[in-house]
Amino acid sequence: MTDKTEQGANGAGASKDARPIKLACRNVWKLFGSNAANFIRERDGKASMADVTAAGLVGAVRAVDLEIRQGEIFIIMGLSGSGKSTLVRCMSRLVEPTHGKVEFEGKDLLKISDAALIELRRHRMGMVFQNFALLPHLNVLENIAFPLSIQGQDRATREARAREVIELVGLRGREHFYPRELSGGQQQRVGIARSLATKPEIWFLDEPFSALDPLIRREMQDELMRLQTMLHKTIVFITHDFDEAIRLADRIAIMKDGEVIQIGTPEELVVNPATDYVAEFTRDVDRAKVISARSLMRACDGSEHGGTVAPDAKIASFSAGIVAANKPFAVVNGTGKPIGEVTPQAVIDLLAGIDRSRAGA
Amino acid sequence: MTVTASASVARSRPIQIWLLIWAAALAAVLVVFLLQDRLPWAVNYPASAVLPVADWVSALMRWIKSNLSWLTRSITAVVGIPLDFALNLLAKNFKIGHGAEAYILPRLSWVGVCAAAFLAGHAVGGRKLSLLVGGCFLYIALFGQWTSAMLTLALISIAVPFCIVTGLFAGIWAWRKPWAERLIVSPALDLMQTIPTFAYLIPMLLLFGNSPVSAMIATAIFATPPMVRATMLGLSRVPSEIDDFSEMAGCTARQKLWRVLLPSARPTLMVGVNQVIMLALNMVIIASMIGAGGLGYDVLLALRALKVGEAMEAGLAIVALAIALDRLSQAIAHKQAKGHLHQAISPSLWRRYPNLTLAIAILVVTTLLGLFVPAFAAVPKAITFTTAPLWKAAVNWVTINFFDMIEAFRVALILNLLNPLRAFCEGFPWLGAVFLLGLAGYQLSGLKLAVLVAALTAFCAITGLWEKTMATVYLCGISAFIACLIGIPIGLMASRSDRFEKIVTPIIDTLQVLPSFCFIIPVVMLFRVGDVTAMIATIAFAVVPAIRYTNHGIRQVPPALIEAAKVSGCTPRQTFFRVQLPLALPEIMLGVNQTILMALAMIIICAMVGTRDLGQEVFIALSKADSGRGIIAGLAIAFIGIVADRLFSAWTAKARARLG
Repeated sequence: MTDKTEQGANGAGASKDARPIKLACRNVWKLFGSNAANFIRERDGKASMADVTAAGLVGAVRAVDLEIRQGEIFIIMGLSGSGKSTLVRCMSRLVEPTHGKVEFEGKDLLKISDAALIELRRHRMGMVFQNFALLPHLNVLENIAFPLSIQGQDRATREARAREVIELVGLRGREHFYPRELSGGQQQRVGIARSLATKPEIWFLDEPFSALDPLIRREMQDELMRLQTMLHKTIVFITHDFDEAIRLADRIAIMKDGEVIQIGTPEELVVNPATDYVAEFTRDVDRAKVISARSLMRACDGSEHGGTVAPDAKIASFSAGIVAANKPFAVVNGTGKPIGEVTPQAVIDLLAGIDRSRAGA
Repeated sequence: MTVTASASVARSRPIQIWLLIWAAALAAVLVVFLLQDRLPWAVNYPASAVLPVADWVSALMRWIKSNLSWLTRSITAVVGIPLDFALNLLAKNFKIGHGAEAYILPRLSWVGVCAAAFLAGHAVGGRKLSLLVGGCFLYIALFGQWTSAMLTLALISIAVPFCIVTGLFAGIWAWRKPWAERLIVSPALDLMQTIPTFAYLIPMLLLFGNSPVSAMIATAIFATPPMVRATMLGLSRVPSEIDDFSEMAGCTARQKLWRVLLPSARPTLMVGVNQVIMLALNMVIIASMIGAGGLGYDVLLALRALKVGEAMEAGLAIVALAIALDRLSQAIAHKQAKGHLHQAISPSLWRRYPNLTLAIAILVVTTLLGLFVPAFAAVPKAITFTTAPLWKAAVNWVTINFFDMIEAFRVALILNLLNPLRAFCEGFPWLGAVFLLGLAGYQLSGLKLAVLVAALTAFCAITGLWEKTMATVYLCGISAFIACLIGIPIGLMASRSDRFEKIVTPIIDTLQVLPSFCFIIPVVMLFRVGDVTAMIATIAFAVVPAIRYTNHGIRQVPPALIEAAKVSGCTPRQTFFRVQLPLALPEIMLGVNQTILMALAMIIICAMVGTRDLGQEVFIALSKADSGRGIIAGLAIAFIGIVADRLFSAWTAKARARLG
């Protein structure tokens, strides 16, 4: 399983990524039950699911290794009970991991003092919650300014900053409303604004849109993408909705029973699922929107080309054109040199859900 | 089908075993009872073996009194300052200087206070509430109870903030330190809430004398527990995400508690405040025996002189005050629970708090006017009216016309029900009771409960209070039994008809806020003093939880289950008996438990109308300022309550577990 994961990580998407590592988990464990710390220390940080269960422990997070790079949207996807919420709480030390290291810019988070942790959370981390976690006794302005007032900023400064982020999330005119007067979507906008008020570098979003109606959810996803193009935060986003993950992610980590079973770009997961479990999730995905020309191309066989596409172009963006032209399209790199071609038949197969490579094997 | 059948066989075997055990145990106790000439020590606890715990407590109190008088005196001095201020402001007048040339600053004008009550009601609950609250105050003024009522209100207004602050800190401590909650706070709260009100008065009387200060301190101690519980509950109910948020915002522990958790818990805290106010009112009335003065003292004086009219009037003023305070604080709690609404921010105080500023303005103006116009300073005699003669006439009329009937009823009740039962209870072997209750504890929960129950029961015997304890148990038991007999059917009816529920709810809401004192007055008018009066007043007081919990228990049965029953072809009767009633049973038992505890509390108050039980023991101790005797009797009462409560709770928990 580990082999597969590494394959995924070394795949096309990640190899060229030279951005620095912002946050990393190194063999992180969270076990519940008596004497959990000793259990895992005695085994040198290695234990199987059966070992854990036999010891009467519950493994909420098991042997998680992952690296999150600066400025990427990293999504942790899993069904309820898969440990994704516990994992993200381990990353911010809301939950103390039983074993392992959590590195923030290379420094072990678990070793820093309480004061340093408070400092870190005040200025460099932000978090958005599934059920908004707004303070019911404060209005929108006060809620958003709250993290700043905790830091001891004076009223004028913090309210000026709060008004800036209110503007940013489009809540102007609601400054003096209280949470219960707002719709769910508006409340989450307040939650987002509040977490952005401190200008955090790393942004944890714990199922931020799961409590919202599907229509509002889509709207908020677009809103998040809009904000990210402006702000370039490092985002750790938790969700149980694979479509949401595909829409937003640079990379996705899929969790099951406390373990990360695959990390990769949406395309890697769809093209090359590590296990049947992952394949199950990707089955209903609209492949044309996820798979790029690079994955579908083959070596040029000298036939005439009906057009050109970039290697990263999603199939959906040129499928209509290639089928109408009924000629292969050349895949060209940045310098305009063809590196392969995509045939109309391959696109049609993809759209129809026929998998010739697997059928052949 | 087969599965259920085999399961029921498996379950019925231990039940049969327990039946046998119980039969054997009862037979053994019967043998002890029959052999009481041979084994007198097993029936009546031997006087020679009585532990003089009461004397020890008395000695301890004497020591405290003589060695810690500097402490009690300084407490009196410190507490006296705000208390005197409140008393002067609301009821008396400020006197500056001495003797004849003393300059007098007037108290707040009654017109102003009534107006403030109207505005307070308006601010938190709209027109209906403002009419109710203002009306209650106006009623008090017009019926000539103003000064007494304001004395009572002044005591409450000083005791309640004290309770809130103490309760808040105790609750926070218990919430932060689970060991403190388990070992100190929870047991202390249980004890504080089962010790009868009278028992609080004795040490206060001894340490602080007969004064408003000791009344206030007794009130403050008595009324704190609900605030502690509300704080613990409120803090533990704050959503975990809000907790996480405060961590992620980088709150320090103190910022987290005071700026995030407590404000988020505010609705629950306000429910606690409401309960504190109502308990404080209840206690202030009873504390009139140690110098609180006010409405309670009026009732007490009138009852002692058997002036039913005056007692009724003062009692009704208490009712008015209770309803006003309850509805007002409940409306505030409701508002908190619903959450805030934005309003246009305006810099002027007047715009932001129109009701508050108006109230202050009216208070100032009317009080100043009171300096020149006496009608503003004190309620003019000409506009007050009294209903005392009316009540007296009514009682006279009833007594003249129905004396034979009431008397026949009373005598029949005493001869046929109360006396035989009393004889049975008082003759019950103490060893048998310890054994049987311990056995019940073992069956319901295990060895720990068995030991606790047996030890608490034995305490009552070892301190030489067995006969009085059983007298209490008998009166409390019969009252609670009848209260359930009346309350549960009413609750059932209320659960089956929304219209009936609409009628019942306001009545039980009102019954619940009335201080226990008020229940005695009308009954004593008809049945004079004695066990019958105590029983009837107790039934009226204790019937509320039986009704409320039964109604709630039946109504909370999930509609899906009822639909499932209907679909499987149950008749309404079958649905009720086979589905609703069994599922509601734990809740109903909880109501029965509450009824017993309330009956116990009330029976003790009824010592005032001449019962012969532990309550009377406390009452006598109070009048003799005999601290040891009073405290031990108080503890015995508390232990009866704890034994009943633990056994019922264990039973309910078992039933709940079975239902899943």
